[in-house]
This record gives sequence, C-alpha cells and structure tokens, in this order.
Amino acid sequence: MARMATTRRVAVSTIAAWLCGFLIFFPILWMMLASFKTELEAFAIPPSFLFFHWTLENYATVQARSDYLHHALNSIIIAGGSTLIALLIAIPAAWSMAFSPTKRTKDVLLWMLSTKMMPPVGVLVPIYLIYKTVGLLDSRIGLVFILCLGNLPIVIWMLFTYFKEIPRDILEAARMDGATIGRELVYVLTPMAIPGLASTLLLNLILAWNEAFWTLNLSTSQAAPLTVFIASYSSPEGLFWAKLSAASTLAIAPILVLGWFSQKQLVRGLTFGAVK
Amino acid sequence: MGQITLQGVQKAFGPVHIIKGANLDIADGSFVVFVGPSGCGKTTLLRLIAGLEDVTDGRILIDGKNVVAVPPAKRGLSMVFQSYALYPHMSVRGNIGFGLKMAGLAKDEINRKVEAAAATLNLTPYLDRKPRELSGGQRQRVAIGRAIVREPKAFLFDEPLSNLDAALRVQMRIEVTRLQKQLGTTAIYVTHDQVEAMTMADKIVVLNGGKIEQYGSPLELYEKPANLFVAGFIGSPKMNFVTGDPALQRGAATIGVRPEHLKIERDGAGGWPGTIAVAEHLGSDTFLYVDAGPLGMLTARYIGELSLHTGDRVSLVPDPARIHRFDDSGNAIRS
Ligand SMILES: Nc1ncnc2c1ncn2[C@@H]1O[C@H](COP(=O)(O)OP(=O)(O)OP(=O)(O)O)[C@@H](O)[C@H]1O
Ligand SMILES: [Mg+2]
Repeated sequence: MARMATTRRVAVSTIAAWLCGFLIFFPILWMMLASFKTELEAFAIPPSFLFFHWTLENYATVQARSDYLHHALNSIIIAGGSTLIALLIAIPAAWSMAFSPTKRTKDVLLWMLSTKMMPPVGVLVPIYLIYKTVGLLDSRIGLVFILCLGNLPIVIWMLFTYFKEIPRDILEAARMDGATIGRELVYVLTPMAIPGLASTLLLNLILAWNEAFWTLNLSTSQAAPLTVFIASYSSPEGLFWAKLSAASTLAIAPILVLGWFSQKQLVRGLTFGAVK
Repeated sequence: MGQITLQGVQKAFGPVHIIKGANLDIADGSFVVFVGPSGCGKTTLLRLIAGLEDVTDGRILIDGKNVVAVPPAKRGLSMVFQSYALYPHMSVRGNIGFGLKMAGLAKDEINRKVEAAAATLNLTPYLDRKPRELSGGQRQRVAIGRAIVREPKAFLFDEPLSNLDAALRVQMRIEVTRLQKQLGTTAIYVTHDQVEAMTMADKIVVLNGGKIEQYGSPLELYEKPANLFVAGFIGSPKMNFVTGDPALQRGAATIGVRPEHLKIERDGAGGWPGTIAVAEHLGSDTFLYVDAGPLGMLTARYIGELSLHTGDRVSLVPDPARIHRFDDSGNAIRS
C-alpha cells in the first residue's frame, strides 16, 4: 500500500519535473524550429509546430551575410581568455583568503561582491571613454579584460568556498606524513580541488560566452563575438524571425553542447557545500 | 629513539599568550598524556611539538636536537588527528602508505609494510575501500595505521577517540595502549578525559590556562597533587574541599579528601555530620552526596552496596593519612 503510494508520487513528480523542464526549454525549441522555417511561415498565425517546409536556407543566408566562424572564434577567444586569466588571478587570491585569512578577509570578500551589485551601465560612459582613449574599442584584448574583471568576483567567491571546504587537517596530515609543499599540492590539494576548479571554469565560461552588455557596447565588428552577431539580426531593417532564430541557434549551440556534456560537473559545482 | 624535551616553550597568538613557558622531559618509549580543561592549550602544545605551529619562544629538542626551525615533514613524528584527516580521494591502502611513498620507498616494500600494519589493526578486508565507505572506528584505525607504518620517533594523538561511542572508546583505548607498548614508541596523547589519562599514561601532564600544573605518574598525581587544581581535576568523583575550622585545625587554608577516603558512619559522633541528599547505588559502588551544613556538599564513596537513602543522617570520617593540605595560594603543603 505504502509502496504503491510512493511509486505514484515518484511518477507524478517525474512528470511534473519533465513538464517544467519542457516549459523552460520551450522557447529555445521554438527558436530552433523557427530557424528551419521560411520567413513567411515563421510569421504565420496560427503557427505550425512540426509540419512546415523544412529549409536550411536561413543558415545559408546568415553565413553569407555575416561570417559566423569569425564571431564564433571571437567568442571562444574572449570567453576562454577571460576565464583563464580570471582563474589565474583568482586561484592564488582565493587560496590565500581560504588558508591564511586575516581580520579583513571577510571585508575584502564582501567588497568584491559589492562590485557586482552596481549595474554595469553605471560605468559604461567612463569605461567607453577610457577604451576610446587607449584604443581598446572593438579589440579582443579589451573585451577579455573587461569580462575578466566583471567575472573575477564570482570566480574568487566560488573558489574561496571550494577551498574553504578542504579541511586544513588533511593538509597538515600530509605535512606530517613528510610531504613537501610541492608534493602536498600535487598529491593532496589538487585532487581535492579539481572538481571545484572544473565547475568554476565551466560556469565562468558560460557566463562569459553569454555576456552581452559589454560585448555589445564595446565591439562592433573586428572583435565582435556571437552576441553581437545575434544582435545584428534584430535590426531596424525589419523583422527576420527565421534568420534571427538561425543566428541565435548557431550562437548558443556550442555552449549548449558544452553544458550538456558537463551537466554533472555543473550541478555538483552549484550545490557544492549545500549537500555534504 | 624518541626523546622529547621542551625548554621554556611559549606560544602567543597575537597579543594572547596561550602557552606560558612549558618545560618538559619526555623519556624515550614513554606514554605521556596531556590533560586539562577545554581551551587550556593542549592541542596548541601538541601542534608546537609537531611543528604545525611555530613557537614564540623556547626550544624543542627531539633526541637532543633543537627542532624549532625544522618543518613538520622533517621532524620524524606522526600525528593522529581528532577528525582523522584521512585523504578522501585515496583508498585505505593509499592513506596508510602515503607517508612511505613520500619517503621514497619502493612499491613492494610499501605494500608489505601497509599490509602488515593493516593486519595489526584488523583492516585487511578494507584495504581497497575509500575512507567514506568506512565506519568511524575503522577510520580511526586507518588514521592510527597511517601513524604507525612510518615507524616515527613519536606518535602525537589529539583526542583521537573523542568521536567514538563509549564502548568503542574503551576498546580503542586498550588497543592504543597495547600497540604503543608493543612498538615501544614514544607517544604524546591529548585528552580532556581524566579517566583516559589515568588509564593510558605512564606520565601525565596536567595543563591549566597554558601552564603545566604538574607532571608525574598517574598515581603520583592521585596521591600527591601539587595544588588545588590538580587535586580537583584528577580523580572521579572529584575530591572534596573543606575550608574553615577543620582546615585551620590542620594548619591549612583548605583541606581535601577524596570520596573514597571518607569513612561513612551511621549516626557517628566523630567526623563531619550531615544528611544524605542523593544516594547512588551502582552495585559495585555506592556514592553518597551529603549535605554537611557549614562544610557544604560532600561526596563519599563506598566500595560495595550500602543501604542508606536520601534523608538518612550519617557522619563522614576522613582518613587522617589521606588528608591533602593546601595553603592560601592553593599549593600543597608537604610535611
Ligand atoms: N590559531 C589560533 N589563533 C588564536 N587563538 C588560538 C588559535 N588556536 C588556539 N587558540 C586559542 O588558544 C587556546 C588554547 O587552544 P587549544 O586548542 O590548544 O585548547 P585545547 O586545550 O586543545 O582545548 P580542547 O580540549 O577544547 O581541544 C584557546 O583559548 C584558543 O582559543
Ligand atoms: Mg584540543
């Protein structure tokens, strides 16, 4: 009796979860479908769900009009570069705050977080002017730099919480076992820190990939990543739903694939510390 | 060899002095227990010896060599942590063998030693498990295995049994003592449990507020406590302290009598009269908590069963040879 009730409850919540998941995913699915329609069908009311004339024409047009690979490459360089640099700075920073904290460590952490509370548009004008003066507008270096700065607080916070979770006793045990600092790092710390590092890297990669405010405002063509590529299809020339959808699908595809294959890491990363 | 000497060892964290000048001589092969109330500096003193904290002042000698500037990895000591501190990503085999691997031993020699240690600790069936797949007692054994396999100059234990349940604690207590005697390795063991201290130690260091109150064998501490603190800390139930007339008559500010050295007399005239507030009958012992009027509450212990109950009048007669006398500043008066 009890068993049956549980089975039913599991079934109900499974269905509910799938429904929720589908609802959340629906806009993306719709966009993907639209990218295979003709412009007319994309507009049509009532819309057709699956039974329309499938075409790759939009993708061809999009590729012909703007160079997808150029923007994708920019996205990879900007997201990858800013993530790597952020990690390089954040690892030692989080490290020292986690393992030899001082009285001010909490304040420093809060101050870092507080920089994320200000809307970026608040500093758009000064940043734009600085970039213009030093010639960083529409340059990959400039974007790497600004995205790196923007995400640094989050990266440090994430790494800090991971490192904090590593019990000091274990490091001291390794020291008592005769491990030098180098070997402690290789045999004990790194294996324990790798899951945290990996999920921080992934999350930051996704954040940087999707970042649209600074990339839209500070780049136009040369350094423009995929966000700018999408935006160029929602132009005042008129509405091109199908082409916009095709561009968007192309832009999110790489990160969607990455997210799909690393979902275990990501979930673990985001719930780390909450469940022990 | 594992002879450890502390000379004027001090430790301050910022402005706070935690260890206020410790002098200690630990003979090779002896089992020394640091005991004291929470926060008295036991762990800090142990970590100073381990090298996990730097001394503020003083010298620590291991086999005659000053090691204050030597990192923990080079001191040749091994430590068992209260939290076990096992490497979560390594198997039991990896955990026990880690120290040997760091020492650069050959693989088959490591395996041989690890398996021997595991056999001593009944860990053989678990060698390929991860720490998270073990019970608390088994983890504790792995931590001990990791310590013994390196054949260190001394073992340092920081409350290693405090996370175990009572029955397992008694069993492990005996095992640790037996193992230490069998290996003949110096051991320093931190606990706040004075029963553990009395049963395991060759010598006990009683710490209080960062100072060593007394250093001696369990029986020395029991029979000749150096001061009020040690007298009150060692022994269970606690020693009775009496001030006022009975003390003054004996030329002391305070006198102390252990519960087992109070003779219990029904309606006796001599001694200290009082009314039983609580009587505990354990079968093997009888504990009486007696309200002795101006002398306060006194505890008396009788070996065996005594049919006395709450409200009964009794008289407690101290054994004159077993009265401890203390002066104004709490130090024992010896005559
Ligand atoms: N890193 C530190 N910084 C500042 N104070 C410290 C530090 N480590 C310990 N202390 C202080 O030193 C005192 C002694 O601590 P210690 O851990 O040695 O006590 P303990 O005798 O082991 O106590 P317990 O039985 O509770 O484990 C405590 O008052 C503690 O607050
Ligand atoms: Mg302690």
